Amino acid sequence: MNTKIAIQNLNAYYGKEQALKGIEAQIPAGGITVIVGPSGCGKSTLLRCLNRLLEETNGVRVTGQVLLDGEDIYARKADVTEVRTRVGLLAPKPFPLPMSIYDNVSYGRRIHGLEKLERRNGRSLDRKVEQYLRAAGLWDEVKDRLHDPASGLSTGQQQRLCLARALAVEPEVLLCDEPTSALDPISAQRIEEQLKLLSAETTVVIVSHSLRQARRLADHIIFLWMGNLVESGPSAQMFSAPRDERTRAYLYGDIG
Amino acid sequence: MKRKLTELFAQTLMGLSLLVVIGSLALILGTVIWKGLPALNLAMLTQVPKGGYYLGKEGGILNAIVGSLYLAGGATLLAVVVSLPIALFLQLYANRSRWVQFARLSLDLLFGVPSIVYGAFGFTIMLFLGMRASLLGGILTLTLLELPIMVRGMDESIAMVPQALKESAYALGSTRLETSLKVIVRQTAPGLMTAILLAFGRGIGDAASVLFTAGYTDRLPTSLMDPVASLPLAVFFQLGTPFPAVQQRAYASALVLTVIVLLTSLISRGLTKRLEKHIVR
Ligand SMILES: Nc1ncnc2c1ncn2[C@@H]1O[C@H](COP(=O)(O)OP(=O)(O)OP(=O)(O)O)[C@@H](O)[C@H]1O
Ligand SMILES: [Mg+2]
Repeated sequence: MNTKIAIQNLNAYYGKEQALKGIEAQIPAGGITVIVGPSGCGKSTLLRCLNRLLEETNGVRVTGQVLLDGEDIYARKADVTEVRTRVGLLAPKPFPLPMSIYDNVSYGRRIHGLEKLERRNGRSLDRKVEQYLRAAGLWDEVKDRLHDPASGLSTGQQQRLCLARALAVEPEVLLCDEPTSALDPISAQRIEEQLKLLSAETTVVIVSHSLRQARRLADHIIFLWMGNLVESGPSAQMFSAPRDERTRAYLYGDIG
Repeated sequence: MKRKLTELFAQTLMGLSLLVVIGSLALILGTVIWKGLPALNLAMLTQVPKGGYYLGKEGGILNAIVGSLYLAGGATLLAVVVSLPIALFLQLYANRSRWVQFARLSLDLLFGVPSIVYGAFGFTIMLFLGMRASLLGGILTLTLLELPIMVRGMDESIAMVPQALKESAYALGSTRLETSLKVIVRQTAPGLMTAILLAFGRGIGDAASVLFTAGYTDRLPTSLMDPVASLPLAVFFQLGTPFPAVQQRAYASALVLTVIVLLTSLISRGLTKRLEKHIVR
């Protein structure tokens, strides 16, 4: 197993309250890793540690290491914008940027200067925008109104736009925090399909509070419980033969 | 029954307060129009005064119109250039620190300082530098006067930006500067516009701060170092004469000032409407 992200003795604090307690886990390269656990156990906190977005919250402190391809993203010389470019995030609720649909997708490429590269290669930004809107399964619905405000889309469409926007930066890892929680079943299914396809090339990490979704998507599972890591491993093994009592109780619906 | 009565009482009270506000607005506008309109003619708008701004019954107030637009326009422009970075800094880089809280408090205090104090302050500095009353002096003083209201207005509107929106931009690898300029400024454009407009209104309507710093003259300014007239002072001087004919010209000047303020707010309303369509909620 090739490790993409190695989490070592990771602690996170909101003020005095400790939300993550000495997490040790590995996220394999490629495939889908799902973080599960009862509400408030620290899933979102853990996820937001992986692209250093957690530190944008007031009063947060993080200690420990997160190795991305063997390099600590919390090291002093690590560049936070580079980390976030390599590790993308899909938030639970879609928040389009205050601009057109087209500009939402091209935003990341423009700030990172990927556009100039494309011109040299004779490829245009338009093609890239189309490519990522297709990848997010949104192209057919918006191709005639690319320059309309993104805020005019439905919630399900906005979430797929946020996916396209994240993909357009070409991240190596995509983090998704309950990516379907704000969506209707059909939009949710679409997002799931896209993530599944995507996981062929990209490492996908999903936070989910739905065990069914975890069963459908996960290649690998991380189970959290009150800020502690209880167990992690291949999905098949976790579902068929959980080692820990708490995992078993959670899986069989006794808690959470 | 009692609750219904309370409700009725509260509604009546609110209705009355609204009526008082709208009534006084109408009364002010009515007075200015009623007394100013008869004296308003093309010459008023297109000529400089003949026979002196204080006693002259001929010519117009073009000097004051142009002067006021230069003064308030220049000051607002300068104030925007200074305010936007301050407001973004307060919000994005250092939101909760003690220094920032102190900066906000200072700005609120500065907003409460009477404009004559700004005028006196500007005048003192100009004396120290050996500057005479001039367009430049007026613009700089008005900039100081406009800054607190503009910065705080922008600050408040940037504070309304949802954390999740900022995080969306950060999560794509934006730096704070990119997030500020490409996302926050777009999202808050209508709020920023309102802050700018409020500041412009404060600047163009103020007499006390330009009295010593910009001076007054019958001529149109040809350089930043020339003294320059302004509409509030035109009102002030003409209203102070014993002649009813000149006093009428004061009301006409007030009418022109009011129309300029109304026009700017209408135009910016229109602009804001166009900016609003991209805002996410
Ligand atoms: N901004 C915050 N300030 C203070 N405490 C917080 C903050 N965000 C989360 N916490 C606390 O940290 C712990 C973990 O929260 P987190 O959001 O990571 O849980 P979660 O597993 O994602 O829950 P859910 O499934 O409900 O989304 C909780 O006890 C929560 O109260
Ligand atoms: Mg959560």
